[in-house]
Amino acid sequence: MRSDRDWNRPSTGARIAAFAGLAFLHLPVWVILLYAFTTEDRTYQFPPPGLTLHWFAVAFAREDIWAALRLSLAVATVATAMALVLGTLAAFALARSRFRGREAVTLLFVLPIALPGIITGIALLSAFKLGGIQPGFWTIVTGHATFCIVIVYNNVIARLRRLPQSWIEASMDLGADGAQTFRYVLLPQIATALLAGGMLAFALSFDEIIVTLFTAGHERTLPIWFFNELFRPRERPITNVVAVTVVLVTLVPILLAYRLTRPGTTEPNL
Amino acid sequence: MMRVLSAKLYGRRGFYLALLLLPPLLWLGIVYLGSLLALLLQSLYAIDEFTARIVPELTLATYRQLLSHPANVDIILRTLGMAVAVTLAAAVIAFPVANYMARHAGPAMKGFFYVGVMMPMWTSYLVKVYAWRLVLAKQGILSWFVDQLGLTPALEGALAAPVVGGPSLASSYLGMFIVFVYMWLPFMILPLAAALERVPDSLLQASADLGARPGQTFRNVVLPLALPGLAAGSVFTFSLTLGDYIIPSVVGAPGYFIGMMVYQQQGTAGNIPLAAAFSVVPIVLIGLYLALAKRLGAFDAL
Repeated sequence: MRSDRDWNRPSTGARIAAFAGLAFLHLPVWVILLYAFTTEDRTYQFPPPGLTLHWFAVAFAREDIWAALRLSLAVATVATAMALVLGTLAAFALARSRFRGREAVTLLFVLPIALPGIITGIALLSAFKLGGIQPGFWTIVTGHATFCIVIVYNNVIARLRRLPQSWIEASMDLGADGAQTFRYVLLPQIATALLAGGMLAFALSFDEIIVTLFTAGHERTLPIWFFNELFRPRERPITNVVAVTVVLVTLVPILLAYRLTRPGTTEPNL
Repeated sequence: MMRVLSAKLYGRRGFYLALLLLPPLLWLGIVYLGSLLALLLQSLYAIDEFTARIVPELTLATYRQLLSHPANVDIILRTLGMAVAVTLAAAVIAFPVANYMARHAGPAMKGFFYVGVMMPMWTSYLVKVYAWRLVLAKQGILSWFVDQLGLTPALEGALAAPVVGGPSLASSYLGMFIVFVYMWLPFMILPLAAALERVPDSLLQASADLGARPGQTFRNVVLPLALPGLAAGSVFTFSLTLGDYIIPSVVGAPGYFIGMMVYQQQGTAGNIPLAAAFSVVPIVLIGLYLALAKRLGAFDAL
């Protein structure tokens, strides 16, 4: 006779496989942290012969890195702002309504992240070339806003679906008009979803390379700067320092976004 | 004024809806769908071989060029093979992790696993690729560990293998495969875990009570119910591998992949029609994959 728990006890092997999988996911992140401090500047020698903070100072003094960082922050800010407006509108329109063609519209709102980024990139470039549009700041923003809309839309619509319709009816029954219902009932409920969606969109835009390489022209965002460095390995230590900085800058908003959307949901609102 | 307006709007659902939907729909409809159409149009143009200019006349010449050159067909098959291999490997590695976090871990451990899977997923994509170059380099961490374990001959044996090998892990298909699996693993783990969480405990208890061994329960109860999760995850791993051009150009062997061709043709070669035609290939392959998955009933249990 099996005991009550027996059917659900993982074998030691299953447990080891699970933890090994998790460790595999974390290995490279720790590697980057370590290499930012290495004294060796030519090879990827492991273990590092010594540790130093010197490279942080060198990277800090580099104007090209600051320029790339400024561009990336500006692009992410504008793209996120556009995505917050457009994504939220779409989520409100599609959360509860039924109309002909709704399926097709819903599909359109997930397509930019369902298809590989390279498709978005080459498609936008094709359109810019046909339209004679010169690549620059606004073409980068256009590309980023397109997938950022989807992120905000997904976060807000997930929250709206969990919000009972009866709350809105109750608010209306108690005499609130549409604007008041929005201000006092809906907005507080979706505020954290908006914040989380916005932060995810910002982090994703800040880190984007696949679409950006097609739409940037001669502009250099931080990921493009980084990508170029990978093929010019003269300045490895500085690349390492920038890598650590990028990880920290993107991870903080993402962890905050995760905390804000946590209750009840386990699926990321990609 | 606002009150009157909002009351009026709430009464007319259709108008209100259209007002909300119009701006985002215009953006995605014009900018995104319009661009996809532009992509299709560009792929139906061809480049004049003498002037190197794009001739704006509809022709299938570019597609003919794409499919008649053995080198191009090789690129497509190589990318497809990598996508299939990466998807299978990701499913095998993801299953124990997803299964443990969804069905065995207590609440605290479950939270630890979710954050543990999502943190690397959201870590900068380029930084992760770069980190793997450090790990796989000739004097890098992996070869140091392999050396410490006395397994260097095994690694050299693997690198000496005909197709997958190369001078070092960082410049072989084997290394590229490892990086691809690593990069998309969270996209397989999360939908799989979500599917496994929905498997009711009572079914597993019933299976055990009816005398099934754990292996039998796994094959006949857990696996079929996990299929939608596997399908969703595999769509990610498959499509992301098909479209990537950063990983094959940073880590790996000299052979070209679809994404690299798209990037190179639009850039240095200046042949947007061929780049566009190449990028239609992953769209078609993903469409076929979705149709196949649907046909096999992968989404029925959703």
